Amino acid sequence: MKLPSRRAFLKTAAVAGGTVAGLNATAKAAPKNVLSPERNGVLVDTTVCIGCRSCEYACRIAHDLPSPPLETYGDKTVFNEMRRPDSGALTVVNRYDNPKKADLPYFVKAQCMHCDHPACVSACIVGAFSKQENGSVIWDTDMCIGCRYCMVACPFQIPSFEYDKAIQPEIRKCDFCISRTSENKLPACVDVCPVEALTFGPREEIIRIAKQRLTTYGDRYVHHVYGEYDAGGTGWVYLAGRDFADLKFPKLGTSPAPGVSEAIQHGIFAYFVPPVLLYAILGAIMWMTKTRNEEA
Amino acid sequence: MEAHMKPTPIKARFLTPGVLVLILLAVNGIAFLVGRFFFGIGAVTNLNDQYPWGLWIAVDVAAGVALAAGGFTTAALGHVMHREEYHAIIRPALLTAMLGYTFVAVGVCVDIGRWYFVWHPLIMWNGSSALFEVGICVMIYMTVLYIEFIPIITERFIGKVNFPGILGKLNRPLDRLLRVLDRGLNTTMFVFIIAGVVLSTLHQSSLGTLMVIAGAKMHPLWFTPILPLLFLLSAIAVGFPMVIFESTLAARSFKLKPETEILGKLGGMVAPILGVYLAFKLGDMFIRETFVYLAELNTASVMWTIEVVVGVVIPLRMFLSPSVLRSPALTFTAATLVVFGVALNRINNFIIAYDPPYDLQAYFPSIGEISVTVGFIALLTLMYRAYVMIFPVISVPEDRPAIQAKYAIRSEKS
Repeated sequence: MKLPSRRAFLKTAAVAGGTVAGLNATAKAAPKNVLSPERNGVLVDTTVCIGCRSCEYACRIAHDLPSPPLETYGDKTVFNEMRRPDSGALTVVNRYDNPKKADLPYFVKAQCMHCDHPACVSACIVGAFSKQENGSVIWDTDMCIGCRYCMVACPFQIPSFEYDKAIQPEIRKCDFCISRTSENKLPACVDVCPVEALTFGPREEIIRIAKQRLTTYGDRYVHHVYGEYDAGGTGWVYLAGRDFADLKFPKLGTSPAPGVSEAIQHGIFAYFVPPVLLYAILGAIMWMTKTRNEEA
Repeated sequence: MEAHMKPTPIKARFLTPGVLVLILLAVNGIAFLVGRFFFGIGAVTNLNDQYPWGLWIAVDVAAGVALAAGGFTTAALGHVMHREEYHAIIRPALLTAMLGYTFVAVGVCVDIGRWYFVWHPLIMWNGSSALFEVGICVMIYMTVLYIEFIPIITERFIGKVNFPGILGKLNRPLDRLLRVLDRGLNTTMFVFIIAGVVLSTLHQSSLGTLMVIAGAKMHPLWFTPILPLLFLLSAIAVGFPMVIFESTLAARSFKLKPETEILGKLGGMVAPILGVYLAFKLGDMFIRETFVYLAELNTASVMWTIEVVVGVVIPLRMFLSPSVLRSPALTFTAATLVVFGVALNRINNFIIAYDPPYDLQAYFPSIGEISVTVGFIALLTLMYRAYVMIFPVISVPEDRPAIQAKYAIRSEKS
């Protein structure tokens, strides 16, 4: 390769540097990720749930997912195996033993936790996920490329993918019934629950209720509101009668779900300074070694 | 000594028994690919909601990017630091990188659910996503690699564009285009070369950041906040071994004399880099005290031990020995071990270390996934063979009678 003169070198390098700097000016695009003080949440009291699975049915109907007839939901044999939300069921209920009262097992509803600092929003390559003002973490089908990095990132293992579709496979997860809540209706599962195991409301309010229950009925619960601080805080919070680890809740600590990855990412790209600096250093080395070679 | 080495298209028969086997493997892979595009990812893979990423991401993408690192490491050595004696290996490394990244891009398209939206990251930006950064850098770097390859095309075809029949009308404009490209790139190529090195350091490290966000699901033997640094160091460390690996294989396949002297000197630089990588990997292990997990006997501890002992420690010891560097066979063996080690590291990070909280069914790659990956490697090898036979990539002594280098219009040295 022929190297250009010193003057041409500087000129071209300046143009290249300017292009990179120009990129920086437009690099403000980021997915919507608001943490409104009015954001909603749901309190799931697993000591109240009776495992009727009405919420599973209501969820399917609300999201136009195929559902078996309502009568079949009484079948208790489904509890023999642990189930997880998938592309055909955005929420599922699992059964766990109650060591204090064997005939009153605990039922735990699983769905998207609607994190305050969602890993999926941070991870998504195109920003198809967003945290809305009302607390919902939702997914935009028009942007998604189907890379499934959200599934890798989610600490609760929630997003699900339609592996059997060749065209327009979707990422499916609970959307906090955003179409219903925007019409001032309750989320389908909260609406249908016959025993009021689910309490919908502003997150601050439901956490206050949760703590109130902990003080009023102290021996009914383990003293922990799962999701108040776990994973940096979640929209859906849980009360339970036995240790959350026994109910297969992941132990995540209190730092936000995206963890240090954003710090690393923004460190490497701090206003494009490190890449531009590296470019300049390499350019300098290239130039100096060239001059040295010519003198030699 | 190396001055009379000149990049020249290799004259050989394309079809050999080995090539036939590669063609069969490629066809087999393509057959499964057809299944994937008609019936969905689930039809040919064992991927599920617990394991969203599998063999394709680990090998086709992550290992593919790492093993294409020879492109930027040799460019840094030969072009940026002006170590002219290494010029003979820059073009083969560039070709490997160019084909490697092309297959990474194809691999990504195969793995993502909506391959027709693969361009979305170009206009939909998420600055906090490590994957976005990897995606953008890989796209730009691939373009840079193609640009870096243009001079090889112009060198081959200037004054030789000769389409027959009706296409003959295109001969003159095409030739002029080649000359314009050649002249333009001659003065601006250094911009692309430096950009290539910068882009590589960025996305090689960001590939490590990818799994940081999955921290809670990652096995502690691999998970560390310095994953990006480890990925970058291992990518730099595997660059020269990959060049040794691929040059030796190409030389054997075409019955050329291997460039023992250059490859030996290149090998001499591997040990320090590999040593730094090992120091960081072990240092991190001791600071986070994750060595306790090696006391358990399970898949993770076994895979970690193989990765570090066979893939790093043994080749490091070998590259430190002068007698190894004098022997092409031993240098090749050591280089192969490094390539194996880094590839295994990527597989470990993306598959073995990934431990989802609700593990309803375990993951092992399906026949379809393995077929597609093997098919891609076969296809890449075939394309490499075709390219070095068409374009002046591999350097051979100029005085070989069979290859008149009359179309090499420029000398390699500036």
